Amino acid sequence: MRRVVITGAGSVNPLGHDVPATLAAMRSGRCGIGPLSGLVDQDRLAVQIGAQVTGFDPAAHFDRQRLPLLDRFAQFALVSARQAVAQSGLAFDGALADRSGVVMGTAGGGNTTVDDNYRTVHAEGKNRVHPFVVPRLMHNAAASHMSMEFGLRGPGLAVSTACASSNHAMGLALQLIRGGAADVILTGGSEAMLCFGGLKAWEGLRVMSRDGCRPFAASRNGLVMGEGGAVFVFEELEHARARGAEVLAEVAGFGMTSDAGDIVAPTQDGPVRAMQLALADAGLAAEDIGYVNAHGTGTTANDRTEARALNAVLGAQAAHVPVSSTKSLHGHLIGGTGAVELLACLLALREGVIAPTVNFDAPDPECAVDAVPNVARHGVDVRAVLSNAFAFGGLNAVLALRRI
Amino acid sequence: MEQDLMTKDRAIAEQVIAIIAEQAMRAPGDVTAADSLQDLGIDSLGVVECIFQIEETFDVAVPFNANNPEESAFDISTVGSVIAEVEKLVAQQRG
Repeated sequence: MRRVVITGAGSVNPLGHDVPATLAAMRSGRCGIGPLSGLVDQDRLAVQIGAQVTGFDPAAHFDRQRLPLLDRFAQFALVSARQAVAQSGLAFDGALADRSGVVMGTAGGGNTTVDDNYRTVHAEGKNRVHPFVVPRLMHNAAASHMSMEFGLRGPGLAVSTACASSNHAMGLALQLIRGGAADVILTGGSEAMLCFGGLKAWEGLRVMSRDGCRPFAASRNGLVMGEGGAVFVFEELEHARARGAEVLAEVAGFGMTSDAGDIVAPTQDGPVRAMQLALADAGLAAEDIGYVNAHGTGTTANDRTEARALNAVLGAQAAHVPVSSTKSLHGHLIGGTGAVELLACLLALREGVIAPTVNFDAPDPECAVDAVPNVARHGVDVRAVLSNAFAFGGLNAVLALRRI
Repeated sequence: MEQDLMTKDRAIAEQVIAIIAEQAMRAPGDVTAADSLQDLGIDSLGVVECIFQIEETFDVAVPFNANNPEESAFDISTVGSVIAEVEKLVAQQRG
């Protein structure tokens, strides 16, 4: 079977505008959540905290012709992709162009564009919007701009499964390369839902915390929204070896399941089966797993159910496997979250550093996991990891990565 | 005046019961103050919908977090407790 490895990584997220800055924040447990600033109509929001990407100047990355075509979620994706491609050393010319593709996850697509233009026509009563509203807001905008910028002429897809979008995207990229449809795929996800309309919609569901993200902790009271994205270069192993590329990790397996249950309430069975399928697909046993990046949203229901599912999958050694939710650091990036969380998996595999679950004030007996409270753990020998994503709608996607 | 207030409060109870009955897909006459929302078959998403309808109907803001309903400053344990909480909120608003 064709094997798939990661040969490049890039990211723009609340912890930093590139991978080194993000990993530094994960090592030091620096939280990117704070008071919101600069949102239109912010005074009408009940939730006043979030994990914003601050200091990001689009004009520094895109010229005046291009910028009007790019919603914030596409900007995050493109800047991340440039970093990932640069690290990989790939140039997509000649035959490689037709053998290369892009699969990107997003839950809301051009949410900021939708919000701004609804305001224009509904609130301001204008009858005309900018001609680029449609190409900006479409969910595949990021994937399409990536294919255009790098000349990727093979498979191109946008994947939208709410909070599991990135993991589903990366899982499909793995399967496409394995199946022979492509040799290289840029994949990951991005999201820019942290605008008035995006936050207001989440407020309606009443699962947002107003004071912080505390996954697995007794005092947790909801999720905190973030924004940003990450992109990885997935490459067929022999292709990467033939050109002497540095391999960051192997994408060893993927499992996806559906709860077929409730539209918002999670089940234990769906996540359990997804983790088991990812392990089996990777040829790994539960004992091989040295770290789990949890979905860990900080809601009562998710964390309790996920902890039970982890105990069911990991069995006797569950208590000894570090399980952290880096959402406590970068917030919930919704459709982009799995991609940014994969960086914590690379940190564990490559440096033996486990990113912490910060803001962890007291354990919850209902969440029996080693949540790596507050401080990163160093010198841990991690050979394989799982990264969980469980979406509203009961769609579960789990990736297994292995050191190589 | 007294009479007015009592009529209004009875109206509050009736309206709250109508909202809850609608969620439970029952006739208002089949919903009593002693019923819990769970007894009536209303799940967590149904509770959030009830709260939204209450806010829209009475123009109040209900302090309710779906993550830990039992710790919210709004008692939803029974239909009667919801009515009492709404009456309090409406009184505060009038005050």
